[in-house]
Amino acid sequence: MSESLLRVDSLTKSYDGKTNALSDVSFSIEPGEFVALIGSSGAGKSTLLRCINRLIEPTSGVVTFDGKDMGSLRGKQLRIARRRMAMIFQGYNLVLRSNSLENVLQGRLGYKSSLAGALSIYTEEEKQSAFNALEQVGMEEFAYTRADQLSGGQKQRIGIARALVQDPLLILADEPIASLDPHSSTVVMDHLKRASKELGIACLVSLHQVEFALEYSDRVLCLSHGQFCCGGKPSEITPEVIASIYEEVEDGIAGVSAVQEGVTPVQRAGR
Amino acid sequence: MTGHEKTLAAPSSAQAYFFKKHALMVAGVLVFVVLGGLCSYAVGFSPVTALQEFPNGLYWMSVHFMPGEDAPKALGKILSALFMSIMDSLAAAATAAVCAYICALIGSRTVGFGGIAQFIVRGIASIARNIPTVAWAFVLLACFKQNEFTGYLALFMKSFGFLTRTFLETIDEVPNGPIEALRASGASWFSIMTHAVIPLSMTQIISWLLYMFETNVRDATLVGMLTGTGIGFVFQMYYRSYRYGLSGLVIVCVAIMVIVCEVSSNYVRRRVK
Repeated sequence: MSESLLRVDSLTKSYDGKTNALSDVSFSIEPGEFVALIGSSGAGKSTLLRCINRLIEPTSGVVTFDGKDMGSLRGKQLRIARRRMAMIFQGYNLVLRSNSLENVLQGRLGYKSSLAGALSIYTEEEKQSAFNALEQVGMEEFAYTRADQLSGGQKQRIGIARALVQDPLLILADEPIASLDPHSSTVVMDHLKRASKELGIACLVSLHQVEFALEYSDRVLCLSHGQFCCGGKPSEITPEVIASIYEEVEDGIAGVSAVQEGVTPVQRAGR
Repeated sequence: MTGHEKTLAAPSSAQAYFFKKHALMVAGVLVFVVLGGLCSYAVGFSPVTALQEFPNGLYWMSVHFMPGEDAPKALGKILSALFMSIMDSLAAAATAAVCAYICALIGSRTVGFGGIAQFIVRGIASIARNIPTVAWAFVLLACFKQNEFTGYLALFMKSFGFLTRTFLETIDEVPNGPIEALRASGASWFSIMTHAVIPLSMTQIISWLLYMFETNVRDATLVGMLTGTGIGFVFQMYYRSYRYGLSGLVIVCVAIMVIVCEVSSNYVRRRVK
């Protein structure tokens, strides 16, 4: 049996012990594969992504990444595993008071000792790789611009550059274009696609925009009420299938889960 | 015509709503006035007599506390004591801020060590803060005798308690996103502190630190009187020996100093963004 880059087996997450945000989710991702994760609000997309890098502790199930069982890792071992799976966020999650260069270099913190990290002591190679990453996303001229001066699309490109300097095997992107206009969305998705095709970095991207999912991905996974309802190549995802994912929203079922999701997974994760 | 009439008549629910709103307002003012009257009566305070006496008191003050011809000679002594008090206030605010920030990082709800650490930090801060500065001054005077260190320590205790409390809240309000991003990239606790938490909380921290400095400068006079240090001691010395003119001079100097401190710290606050 060939080893997948990421293997998720029977992943289940329950925040309150009664209802499952994720139930019995299994899938795997191969190196360099671009996988889109679609589903309505509250379907469990963010929870799934955060259970993979353990920003949220899964209730049960096994996540195997690069041959390591994520659930068994503690402290430093977990940090070492996390640095090979970068994450990109809907809200960019940049340190707005720092400039682009510093934000990108923060992607290297996982590789550094506490002292070197805390004192911002970066090697010449790391600085070079940060500038390379900025160049790849077309942001090199903004290296010394403070992040709060950038537009949404530019912030997200810095987010991608920060992910790239981690030298990741996998990028987890949590609705990276949900707050962006169509043009910026295309730019951001193009950069992710390039990372996948040219650098061989696997991408798991959660999306609201079905058309983007179908256009960019090698494979689509559809999540509904914490379970996979369907999946496959973009060509196999017909309008009927998409309608079946989203029609429940109109029936008000998603309204219930939206209330349960009232607290964002980030807050619930605590600490 | 009928349409025109319709626009004039608001629904009766709106009338009831505004009647209730106005009634509540009037009732609130009445309660305030009656309560004030009752309390004044209870402690034997008569606003009328107070108003009649006030001009006399003001006149007495302006005559006796007016700095006289001995003022220039005393000014040197006053200014050097004032300088000591400012240094005390600055030192207390600065050292308290460093200690408070470390405690706040450890005891923070969002990024701290949680559980017991949180309980201990909040406990210590609560004790330091809730014992009044005056009480600290008396207690420390008994322990450390009369010297500059005692005055500094009294200011430190209060600053530490207050700043720990406000820093805890500031740090808990740091946006979670960047912290989450750094955790996801495998950054250690120390790196997350220096790269996300500290820069994101720094403007507010500086603002609180300046506020603490201003408050300390004001409090230094009182603490000085109690611990026999700085400007407070000089004031008390003149006051006790009935040299009201010089006491008045001390008050003027303190007031000017407080205003200067406020203006300059407001300037710094505006520049730090």
